[in-house]
Amino acid sequence: MIRLLRSWPAAIGLALTLLVIAAAAAAGWLFPRDPLGLAGRPLIWPGDNPRFPLGTDNSGRDIAAQVFHGARVSLAIGLSATAIALGIGTLVGALAGYYRGAVDLVLMRITEAFQTLPAFLLLLVLVAVFGGSITTVTVAIGVVSWPASARLTRAEFLTLREREFVASCRVLGMRDWQIMLGEILPNALPPLLVYASVVMAGAILLESALAFLGLSDPNVASWGNLIGRGRGVLRTGWYVSAIPGIAIIVTVLAVSLLGQGLNDALNPRLRRK
Amino acid sequence: MTAALSIEGLSVRLPPGADREFAVRDVSLAVTPGEVLCLVGESGSGKSITASAVLRLLPPGVTVAGGRVMLGGEDLAALSESAMRRVRGARIGMVFQEPMTALNPLHRVGDQVAETFRTHTRLGRAAIRQRVLVLLEQVGLPDPAAAARAYVHQLSGGQRQRVGIAIALALEPAVLIADEPTTALDVTTQAGILALIDGLRRRLGMAVLFVTHDFGVVAEIADRVAVTQHGVVVEQGRAADVLNRPQHPYTRALIAAVPPLAPAPKRPVSDETILAVEGVSKTYRTGAWRARRVVHALDRVSLALPRGATLGVVGESGSGKSTLARCLVRLLAPDAGRIKLEGEDITAIPMREAARRIGMVFQDPYGSLNPRRRVGELIAQGPMVHGMARAPAMARARELLALVALDPASADRFPHEFSGGQRQRIALARALALEPRVLVADEPVSALDVSVQAQVLALLADLRARLGLSMVFVTHDLRVAGRICDRIAVMKDGRVVEEGPAADVLLHPRDSYTRALLASVPGRDWTPPLDAPAPALTSSLS
Repeated sequence: MIRLLRSWPAAIGLALTLLVIAAAAAAGWLFPRDPLGLAGRPLIWPGDNPRFPLGTDNSGRDIAAQVFHGARVSLAIGLSATAIALGIGTLVGALAGYYRGAVDLVLMRITEAFQTLPAFLLLLVLVAVFGGSITTVTVAIGVVSWPASARLTRAEFLTLREREFVASCRVLGMRDWQIMLGEILPNALPPLLVYASVVMAGAILLESALAFLGLSDPNVASWGNLIGRGRGVLRTGWYVSAIPGIAIIVTVLAVSLLGQGLNDALNPRLRRK
Repeated sequence: MTAALSIEGLSVRLPPGADREFAVRDVSLAVTPGEVLCLVGESGSGKSITASAVLRLLPPGVTVAGGRVMLGGEDLAALSESAMRRVRGARIGMVFQEPMTALNPLHRVGDQVAETFRTHTRLGRAAIRQRVLVLLEQVGLPDPAAAARAYVHQLSGGQRQRVGIAIALALEPAVLIADEPTTALDVTTQAGILALIDGLRRRLGMAVLFVTHDFGVVAEIADRVAVTQHGVVVEQGRAADVLNRPQHPYTRALIAAVPPLAPAPKRPVSDETILAVEGVSKTYRTGAWRARRVVHALDRVSLALPRGATLGVVGESGSGKSTLARCLVRLLAPDAGRIKLEGEDITAIPMREAARRIGMVFQDPYGSLNPRRRVGELIAQGPMVHGMARAPAMARARELLALVALDPASADRFPHEFSGGQRQRIALARALALEPRVLVADEPVSALDVSVQAQVLALLADLRARLGLSMVFVTHDLRVAGRICDRIAVMKDGRVVEEGPAADVLLHPRDSYTRALLASVPGRDWTPPLDAPAPALTSSLS
């Protein structure tokens, strides 16, 4: 942790992440009303009315409330989709890397099939088929984001399985799943944790893109939805799209910087720099 | 004679936070032309740092704090960096431990040797090429023209080291610094390299500063010896004096720890066979079927381990000895033949049941323990896998730690907090936790310093007597084999070429390869003086 804070990008990343989390936590307290409820006149510019510090959108909803509540949605989608993606990826990668041979061959061809399809197209298909509720969107994002983490896990398992401590566990008569879970996985975790930040940033962006196209859950105050709604008034009220856009940039930047910092802190070879 | 290279009162400071302030303190050494000075010490003694300090190739953060390095009347410490570059390679040649990493895998060998000439001379292409071929021939490469065209990976370890020496010798430097140049090599290859260095310094009158940890090598090549401990030279003198009449207690302890190349006193050996290997073969096939290579890692190997005895399996790299060890514990499955444990075919014994009857200790004490588990857990893991509850398993782990002479309180610490010798004892406790009847040890002391090696060997000998263990002991080191084994099997290219009681194999070898192996052991003519009392190795025992 101390090592993490020694580099300034990581410190900024951590600070921004905490800021986003604080916004999400304070949303219910600062804006107890439904952020999607009508609050005032449409298209009040930021600063014009002290009741709406960030103004209102073209439907007369409070943008500040939507930004704060949107932090909740973005974090929730980011975290859940990342958990799903890493869960699938780790499982597939661990099996492929540990057993090699035919298992590896089959699993990696499936992974490649997913990787060659553009993730966003696949996401569009999934949402089109299964509908655009917030749950299906999150699951769909997780499902399109796992291949890279599978490859990463596989690479780690391939090298770690050859290490003598794994051989010594096999000599003790440990079962395969005990070795995979208890011995190899903890050693493979640092690069996966770092990669999780990349997945999370990507998941937040995917949801926003989906919402911008109007394909995400319209009943949720997500940043993407707000940007999507601002699309119609982009020339007259650009701030409607710009404000949530900035929120997205800050969050993605925060998570990425944090991941980079984690990488530096966990990678012993870079430690001395 | 005036010294070619002299180090006067050299001190090298370590960065703050290191385990000591100075890597090397007040070291004075001198090498005269045509002389080999061996700098001997265990790991962490500062011997390599001394060699690097001469060339000013110290790692970042490590600085020279005082003293002079005189090369032909010139103080190297006072030279500018660009002047220093003209010294390296031209006036002082350097040979490194690991020739694979010291050479560039992307360039042809000839180009890498030629590089020295291109950097330091104005010779033309044809002249350089001619010099390269002469050099490669000089270092004993059989076909210099082919070697010059080859890439590093196409050469064997010994050939690579010969290329490294060719590069170091290119400009006929007055001084050659060799940092453990034979440590990574097989014993027969090592003998060739030592003979090469010895011949070259005679012919070229070079002064050689030879860094090593191996007293056998010292006995083989040194004219004079300097022994370092914790960065201080504790004893310096003529090789014959230091080797046979060591004065300083540390030198005496180190020399007493060197196993003599002789069999240990004979122990009674049971007639009953506990582990039998019958015609076991293991073949590796690599490459596509056009360029298919078939390697017979094990070729119809048959061996028998008597109950309570220790069978040494000796061989060079690629002889199949580790493959055999891995087949015994079923990490690998043989292609043909049978392995019988107490008369039962091991493939018929369920894997988990076999694990209780045969245990294994691995070579690398840094790699064979999961870095993320505490020591107590690592030892308790075996019993817990086989159904013992956590609390009694942890209690058992503490007992085992005491058994291998470690503090039972170390159960709560992580492996990285321990030294190599201690970790190897932890690995031993882990293997013994299931109370196996047979222990397979794959080079268990090869990664350890000689004094620590002696302790681990003594511990193994003690444990096998107390627990009635039967052992298969894989090693490349005939001295180590002699110290602990009742019987020795010599392997070459996947076959057992000779097997018999240790005394017979070591003293009256029948096979020509065994004889060649014995003849290559460095310092075979030197018997460590037995009268040197072995004081407690307090510093390295920890």
